[in-house]
Amino acid sequence: MSLFQLLNGLTFAALLFVVASGFTLIFGLLRIVNLAHGALYLFGGYVGYTVGTHTGSFALAAVAAMASVALIGLILDQGLLRFVRGFELRQVLLTLGVAFMLNDLALVIWGGDTFTVPVPSFLQGAIVQFGVFYPKFRLFVLLVGVLVFVGLWLLLNRTRLGALIRAGVDDAEMVEASGINIRRVFLLTFMLGSALSGLGGLLGGAFLTLYPSADSEILVFSLAVVIIGGRGSLEGAAIGSLFIGLFNTFGQVWFPELAYFVIFGPMALLLAFRPLGLFGRAA
Amino acid sequence: MSAATKAPAAPGRADLKVVILVPAALLALAVLPFVLPTYQVSVATQILIFAVLAMSIDVLAGYAGRTSLCHGAIFGVSTYVVLYGSTVAGLPVLASMVVGVLAATVLAAVFGVLAVRTSGVYFLLLTLALGLIVWGVCLRWTAVTGGENGLRGQLQVGAFAQPRALYLAVLAGAAVMSFGMWRFVHSPFGLTLRGIKDSESRMRSLGYNVPLHLVIAFTVSGFFAGMAGAMYAVFNNFVSPSTVQLSQSVAGLLMAIVGGIGTLFGSVVGAFLIIALEQAVSLYTERWLMVLGAMFVLIMIFAPEGVVGKARALLARSAQRRGRQ
Repeated sequence: MSLFQLLNGLTFAALLFVVASGFTLIFGLLRIVNLAHGALYLFGGYVGYTVGTHTGSFALAAVAAMASVALIGLILDQGLLRFVRGFELRQVLLTLGVAFMLNDLALVIWGGDTFTVPVPSFLQGAIVQFGVFYPKFRLFVLLVGVLVFVGLWLLLNRTRLGALIRAGVDDAEMVEASGINIRRVFLLTFMLGSALSGLGGLLGGAFLTLYPSADSEILVFSLAVVIIGGRGSLEGAAIGSLFIGLFNTFGQVWFPELAYFVIFGPMALLLAFRPLGLFGRAA
Repeated sequence: MSAATKAPAAPGRADLKVVILVPAALLALAVLPFVLPTYQVSVATQILIFAVLAMSIDVLAGYAGRTSLCHGAIFGVSTYVVLYGSTVAGLPVLASMVVGVLAATVLAAVFGVLAVRTSGVYFLLLTLALGLIVWGVCLRWTAVTGGENGLRGQLQVGAFAQPRALYLAVLAGAAVMSFGMWRFVHSPFGLTLRGIKDSESRMRSLGYNVPLHLVIAFTVSGFFAGMAGAMYAVFNNFVSPSTVQLSQSVAGLLMAIVGGIGTLFGSVVGAFLIIALEQAVSLYTERWLMVLGAMFVLIMIFAPEGVVGKARALLARSAQRRGRQ
């Protein structure tokens, strides 16, 4: 277990956390399993790539990726999901249909080639520390992952909106009865969660590259994270991401062809003892 | 007048209906290849295979209340094993089909043990993740699965090289399996499953071992999905990661939903409608996935009870309106 691989695992975990935290937030509060989350990741990455290559600004690319995907989230929630409110299974299958449509749309717009989101010059290259030669950008992703965790934790635990979200997770009807427009809170959460997947797409697009099936790959990792961490739990998403990120990285080193299978191990073990995940609570 | 016709059919009459209808339908299907051009015969073969897959999904979704998104993967694993067995390991076709179905059944049993502890959305999530893992393994385990290139074989040996003979063999297989699944869901075991679908806690307090029932149901359903996959291997002579990918499970589920969840034979109609649509769409555009996704969205919003059920409800309503006039 070298430091290099450990860092690889940690940076991958940070990316997973950015994507999966949005997923688990939506799942926890709205009870919507948004299977279009992977497609939103891909879309965010592609939009970030296009904006990044045309303007040369990484910050602008990040804003564009998050805003465009949040907009898709808004359309998805207000335009389609409103018709199936309250039907859990129908919601999930509807987002699955949307995932197929978005994926195909991305194929029409950007084609089947592999893209890499351009990295700003100050994050290019590598740093040498403790005898390890490590790309700066991956360390930046690690930093972003930590910042997103801190930001979301503060949002959920220290702000009024966060209090409303937490209250909504526990009992949406009671929040509504006390005069709060819970639908607006739901919509904001949905857009925030979507924006996080767009940000993930941008970051992932810069060091994992973007290609038409990248959405399924990131979706299976996000699902595994949420299955391990439990629905709606930020801490669960963080621990699940670390688990999956490290397991996947070492799996790729030790069993390159069966790396996917290595996720299956911890997931199966956990399900045997805690079907709702580490921090999951029964609905 | 409507009261007299709406009265529930006496059991004897219902049996009579089955006795006449089922052989008639089978006969019509058996004559079909002799009136259709070769290409349409192969499309019909495909419809029969996917009807079995859709029915296997319906066994779980309609009778045990568990919507699975990994049956395409179980189906595909069988296809992979059959092609690997006959091309790489050099087994006879029939023997590799047996091994393929066995592999699918074992996989389904393992998945079942993991998945039955959950229900509803969690079940969907978990089976989705399991199915995607199968896809990932098939894509990356190049030494065995051939990676993106997949495995190619020549399994249509002897009489089955004829499309018509292959169709008839698949029809016979599909008919036997449909009967098997029909028996399964109407057996006392199947009734227990329906009880579990309605209320798990009630069945538990009545003394039924709910998880065990669900694992068995999942395994049986996986067995039938594996049978469909083995037939698909012979039909298609080729397998690649696209056979185990999510859209396969999704298409199977969509067929079951279009035909109406919990109707079993509705899946045949669903398979026909979806594959006919796929054929029609592919004449004009390559955007099949877009159409598949749009179909899913529209059906979830407008006709979650299935197109067949929706049509029946609409017909009943218009008949009622006419009756009132």
